[in-house]
Amino acid sequence: MPAVQLNDIKKFYGALCVLDGINLAVETRDVVAVIGQSGSGKSTMLRCINGLEPIQGGSIDIAGHTITPGTHNLRGLRKEVGMVFQSYNLFPHLNVAENIMLAPRIVKKVKKEEAWETAQAVLKQVGLADKAGAYPDELSGGQQQRVAIARSLAMKPKVMLFDEVTSALDPQLTGEVLKTIAELAAAGMTMILVTHEMGFARQVANRTVFMYKGQIWEEGPSKELFSAPKTPELRSFIAPDLK
Amino acid sequence: MIQSFGFSSLPILLHGALWTLILSASTFVAAGFFSLIFALLRVLGPKPVRILIAGYIELVQATPLLILLFLAYYGLSFLGYYFPPLAAAVISLTLYATAFLADIWRGCIEAIPKQQWEAADALAMSTPQKLRYVILPQAFRISLGPTVGFLVQIVKNTSVTALISFVELTRAGQLLNNMTFQPFEVFLTVGAMYFIICYPLSYYSEYLQGGKRARSST
Repeated sequence: MPAVQLNDIKKFYGALCVLDGINLAVETRDVVAVIGQSGSGKSTMLRCINGLEPIQGGSIDIAGHTITPGTHNLRGLRKEVGMVFQSYNLFPHLNVAENIMLAPRIVKKVKKEEAWETAQAVLKQVGLADKAGAYPDELSGGQQQRVAIARSLAMKPKVMLFDEVTSALDPQLTGEVLKTIAELAAAGMTMILVTHEMGFARQVANRTVFMYKGQIWEEGPSKELFSAPKTPELRSFIAPDLK
Repeated sequence: MIQSFGFSSLPILLHGALWTLILSASTFVAAGFFSLIFALLRVLGPKPVRILIAGYIELVQATPLLILLFLAYYGLSFLGYYFPPLAAAVISLTLYATAFLADIWRGCIEAIPKQQWEAADALAMSTPQKLRYVILPQAFRISLGPTVGFLVQIVKNTSVTALISFVELTRAGQLLNNMTFQPFEVFLTVGAMYFIICYPLSYYSEYLQGGKRARSST
C-alpha cells in the first residue's frame, strides 16, 4: 500500500476549481517533486494532504489515516506528517530548542530529557547543533528553515511535505537547505516537495509531477520527465532551464 | 466648620487615593478576566457569539461611562437590585473597560500571523495548545504596552464615581473643598496625585511599546 494516495481530489474556491481530479500514489521512500506555474494548484494540493485546506471531493489516504470532505479530526494524521513552509514559521518567542521540543512534549507527551535528546539529534542532522539556545530572529533565513525542518523531524514523521521551502531564501542560502533535504532523501524519508528548483527536482526526486491548471498534466521518473517532456506545456515550462 | 488646606488635609486625600487604586485594581482584574474570554470568543467563537460580542463592544464603546454608572447605581436599584456605591462603581467600570480591553486584546490576537496557527496545526496541536503555547504568549507581548496605557484611562475614569458619592480621590477633593473653600489648592493637589499614579504607568507603557519590542514574527 502506498504511503500517500490521492484519489480524485477536487477543491474549489467558490466557483473556481483549483484541484480538478488529482490522482497520485507515493510509495514509502519515494521523493516526489511537484513543479508547475504559480496558480497551478501545487501548493494547494500539498496543503490538502495534511488537511490545512479542506477538500470538496475525493479522498486522501496517508500514513494509515484518511481525509475525505468534512474530515475534522486531523491531529492523529498530523502527528505522522511533517510540513515545512516557505516562510519557516518558527515560533519567535521560543528559542531553537524550545521550538523543536514543544510539539513532542505537549502533543506526544514525550519526557523532557527524551525531547531534549531528540532535539539535539535533529539539530545535528541539519547541521545546527550549536544553535539550540538561539532565537529565530538571531538566525539567517537558511538557518531558520533548517530549524523548521528539524522541528518537523522531531515529531518522527512518516511523510514530510515541503512547500516551496527555498523560495524566500537568497540563492547562497538555498544551497544549505537543499543539501539538508537531499540528505533526508538519501536517508529514506518519504517526501513530497513543491519546488521551483528544477535542477534539485531532477537530482534528488526520483519522481516528478508537473501540474497545470489544477491537474496532474504529466508525471514520471524525474530524469525522463526532464529530458523528454511529452506535453508542450511542460516543454515550455522547463525550456528556460534547459538553455 | 472652615479649616484651611494644609498637611492636615492630606490624610483625607490619601484615603481617597487609596480607594481610587482599589477601584482601579478591582476593575482591571474583573475586566481582564472578561476581556480575555470575550477576545477569544470574538476571534474563535461561533458566528452568533462573535456578533453578540461585537455588538456589546460597539454599544458600550458608544455609551458615556457616566450613563453606565447611573444605570448600575440608580437604574438597577429602581428594579430592586440595590448595589452600594463601590459595587455599582466596579460593575459599571468593568462593563466599560471590558468593551475596550476586549477589543485591544482581540487586535493583539489577530495580529499574530495566520502562519503561526498553521505551523502549530501542522505539528498536531489542539486549539487550547495552540493558544496556550504559540498564540497567546506572542499576543501578550504585543498587548503589554496598550494594556498598561489603558490602565491609565481606567485610573482617570474612576473619578466619575464621585457622582454617586463614592469617596475616591476626586470625591475626597470635593469634600475637602467644601471644608476649606480653597478649590485651587485642593484640586491642584488632587490633580498632582492622579499624575503621581498615572505617570509611571504612562512611562512604562511607552517603554514597553518603544524600546523593548516584542520579537517580530518571521
